[in-house]
Amino acid sequence: MGKAMNHREGSVMILGGGIAGIQAALDLTELGFYVYLVEKSPAVGGVMAQLDKTFPTNDCSL
Amino acid sequence: MLTNADFLALEGTAGNFTATINLRPRYIDADACTACGLCTQYCPKHHVDPYNEGLAITRPIHIDYAQAVPATYYIDPSSCLFLQHETCQICVPVCQSHAINFKQQPEERKLHVGAVILSPGFGKIAPETLAKFSYGKHPDVVTSFEFERMTTASGPFQGEIKCFSDGRHPKRIAFIQCVGSRDIGCNNGYCSSVCCMYAIKEALVTKEHDPEVDITIYYMDIRTQGKDFDAARERAEAIGIKFVRAKVADVTPWENRLQLTYATLDGQHKFEPFDLVVLSVGLESPKDAQKIADITKINLNKYDFCATNGFNPLQTSQGGIVVAGAFQGPKDIPESVTQSSAAASLAAASLKAVRGKGVDMKTYPEEQVVAADDEVRIGVFVCHCGINISSVVDCAAVANYAGDMKNVTFYTENLYSCSQDAQEVIKKKIKEHKLNRVVIAACSPRTHEPLFQETLRDAGLNRNLFEMVNIRDQCSWVHAGEPELATIKSKDLVRMAVSKARLIQPLPEQTVPVTPKALVIGAGVAGMTAALNLAEQGFDSVLIEKGDGIGGNLQNLHYTLAGDAVQSHLKTLVDKVKQSKKVDVLCNAELVQTAGFIGNFASVIASGKGKARVEQTVDHGVIIVATGGREHRPDKYLLGKSKKVVTQQELEKQLAGKAKTRAPGSIVMIQCAGSRGDDLNYCSKVCCNHALKNILKVKEINPDSQIVVLYRDMRTYGFAEDAYLEARKMGVVFIPYEVDRKPEVTEKGAKVQVRFFDSIMQEEVVMSPDLVALSVGIVPDDTDTLSKLLKLPVTANNFFLEAHVKLRPVELAVSGVYVCGLAHGPKPVDETIVQAQAAAAKAAIPLVKGYVKVDPIVSSVEQDKCIGCGLCVSLCPYGAIVMQKVDGKRKAETISASCKACGICAAHCPTFAISMGGFTNEQINSQIEAFGATGDR
Repeated sequence: MGKAMNHREGSVMILGGGIAGIQAALDLTELGFYVYLVEKSPAVGGVMAQLDKTFPTNDCSL
Repeated sequence: MLTNADFLALEGTAGNFTATINLRPRYIDADACTACGLCTQYCPKHHVDPYNEGLAITRPIHIDYAQAVPATYYIDPSSCLFLQHETCQICVPVCQSHAINFKQQPEERKLHVGAVILSPGFGKIAPETLAKFSYGKHPDVVTSFEFERMTTASGPFQGEIKCFSDGRHPKRIAFIQCVGSRDIGCNNGYCSSVCCMYAIKEALVTKEHDPEVDITIYYMDIRTQGKDFDAARERAEAIGIKFVRAKVADVTPWENRLQLTYATLDGQHKFEPFDLVVLSVGLESPKDAQKIADITKINLNKYDFCATNGFNPLQTSQGGIVVAGAFQGPKDIPESVTQSSAAASLAAASLKAVRGKGVDMKTYPEEQVVAADDEVRIGVFVCHCGINISSVVDCAAVANYAGDMKNVTFYTENLYSCSQDAQEVIKKKIKEHKLNRVVIAACSPRTHEPLFQETLRDAGLNRNLFEMVNIRDQCSWVHAGEPELATIKSKDLVRMAVSKARLIQPLPEQTVPVTPKALVIGAGVAGMTAALNLAEQGFDSVLIEKGDGIGGNLQNLHYTLAGDAVQSHLKTLVDKVKQSKKVDVLCNAELVQTAGFIGNFASVIASGKGKARVEQTVDHGVIIVATGGREHRPDKYLLGKSKKVVTQQELEKQLAGKAKTRAPGSIVMIQCAGSRGDDLNYCSKVCCNHALKNILKVKEINPDSQIVVLYRDMRTYGFAEDAYLEARKMGVVFIPYEVDRKPEVTEKGAKVQVRFFDSIMQEEVVMSPDLVALSVGIVPDDTDTLSKLLKLPVTANNFFLEAHVKLRPVELAVSGVYVCGLAHGPKPVDETIVQAQAAAAKAAIPLVKGYVKVDPIVSSVEQDKCIGCGLCVSLCPYGAIVMQKVDGKRKAETISASCKACGICAAHCPTFAISMGGFTNEQINSQIEAFGATGDR
């Protein structure tokens, strides 16, 4: 089992890469911080990626 | 981005955490995988597709969906023949980029971080709860998640809705609400807050597919309390979707159909047959909530969601760890997005001292000067996209065709133009052949243009000296059956692009410096929270308040539904604002005028009373609008005419004041006495909770008090549902009324009488309570003046209209202006605080950067041609064009920093004086001409 240490000042870990985690990550990088976005599944997006359209405007969810 | 990752441990304290993460292997080298999909085609093993809720079959080696990020395939070890039985390995030689690597091992990583944001989402309702409704027993009972995939055009059935039992199209569909929510049987006493909305959405989508289908939604209360959500419910009713207030007791298979047994309000038992039953399942705490709590030592509430407090809604019980999204409580997308921005601002404030230290700044070579009269040297790259394009389009023929065109100095083909090695080739060829324009014929510019532009910039060329042709979507995909014609069309598109490329010019990448200060309008809880958060992030703000003092509506509130004291919190907040050196408070103040654009506003502010009133000009980079709202005063139900009729806010004051020991012996409360079509055409979101808060207070003071609540839908969403249950347990009577049969309040001598139709007893009832309390709703505070002053759009109900309802909930259409609190829409205190923190996060972004980047694709006015008609100024939705006096003549001018490149001005200018950078009239004309000049192809 390989081991690695990531040491970076000014970084934040976000647990969960659904819409909430992604938005927080985008904002934090824009605010000048390094982000580790930790997601348990193979892709970020969470449940929102499974939705077709969104209420109430029926905009596309992807 | 660390995907396929498990969170194992967290040590340390705020500012200095070490997290341990385990990265599970994908068995595919992410850098080499081009997401071509060949491996999935060849993989012989079936795998149930969880992305499609198990409704489809995929292969162990797959990608969840085409747009997945990272766009890398992975192997699910649970069903891979090699990883389970050491056989097969067919995929290995199939992969042309040699990306499959079964030797990959799990990797443990330690992350040193200053703060942690928890956004693990939500879990799903257990199958035992669904079994009550014959889920699992009959194939035509599905969950709303499954139904979502069934209706999706890109889903496993291409959006065709069929019964699983025999493949027929359902003619009658029932939605059952509150499955696994508001159900103490499965320990989920709370309301999941999203199911009513998604059920209406899915019903509307289904109607779009088949207008004939008959849809009934069985509900207890329709909770569409969000901004403009009620309108969607009305739309659904208008197209014939039925809403029945009834609790469904049973779903029984009956012949090839399903029979619903339900009880209506008037006590009748009814039966109804359906073809398909959709269970509107609720949101549960995430499956690993307890594990996360054990690792991070945060407290959970009784439903295993993250425990927080109403005045600090995102702070967990551990310093340095904040929460966002559904883990904080069930919520929809806009609320989650708002919370995420707010969580980002809290983390950013706590780590202010190390801001910017972890970020690597990329450096670029100096940009090569390309003058207008330089020789045009075009390079054309034609992409095979593996076999995605080349299996249909003759790529070599397209490349050779381009090679014969004027100004094309270099042309070639790439297997994958987007791969890392192809970028190196492109850079090398730009230098080798002194290319000053690049045309790439490949896939969609929507996904890949930024990548190629970055490569150009790395090679020293301006990003705009680039033109992309989409020969995948527009040729090989849509004309897969006609390879020759697809090749001809590819040639046409390349010819047009080369023609345009001859005319493209470098566009300057401008940056504009930012004044690092905010103007916050309105000093209620929203404005104060936003200003304080900005102060914590290190930025000054001017906080202006039109009243005599700061505090806003919070001054009228005394306690919360959770039992927290409001006034002591308000005092702390006000003291903090007054003591902050970074917040400059101006009272009796109003905005007189604002000029400028994001990063560089100059506002004239008048403040003070009478003779002491002065005007001053403040320079600032951003604006936060927090102008708030107030209690609506309806001219009905004898409000203001009888002392026995009060609003909920007045009742709250009475209960908190000296009359503390004398809570009335009998009260009738009327909900929606203003909202939802009475005076105001929307739900005010807070009134149901406000009524319950007062009910519990009355009952605390006087347990014998008799309370009757007349309501339309009790909207105690989220955890407030507990209070609703508690009130009912205390004997408070809740009676729904229909909108066409509203309660009436009359005066009879010294008494007030309330007459209403009791839908449970099915008879007219007259009561003479000691007090009538009206839930009157919320109206925005004069959004009109500000909307004109700052050119901000408002909704039909006069609340400010956000830039995007879902994804940009606190930004307004004008860059650099943000909204929070009641000015955006009715909402309770905790949501207002979160929104204010989110607005502070968004406002801080340009302040942190210190500059705003101006997108080079903006409109520009050729002033010789401009006749000063002003049409563009009136049409621009972003306030990005102004009229200037040039030599005494009116001329239009674009403010580049505000322009969003929509092109409305250019399309309407009567003298063609306006052109869009990168899309000039000459360039577009040359493309059209090239389209016609087919020649020999």
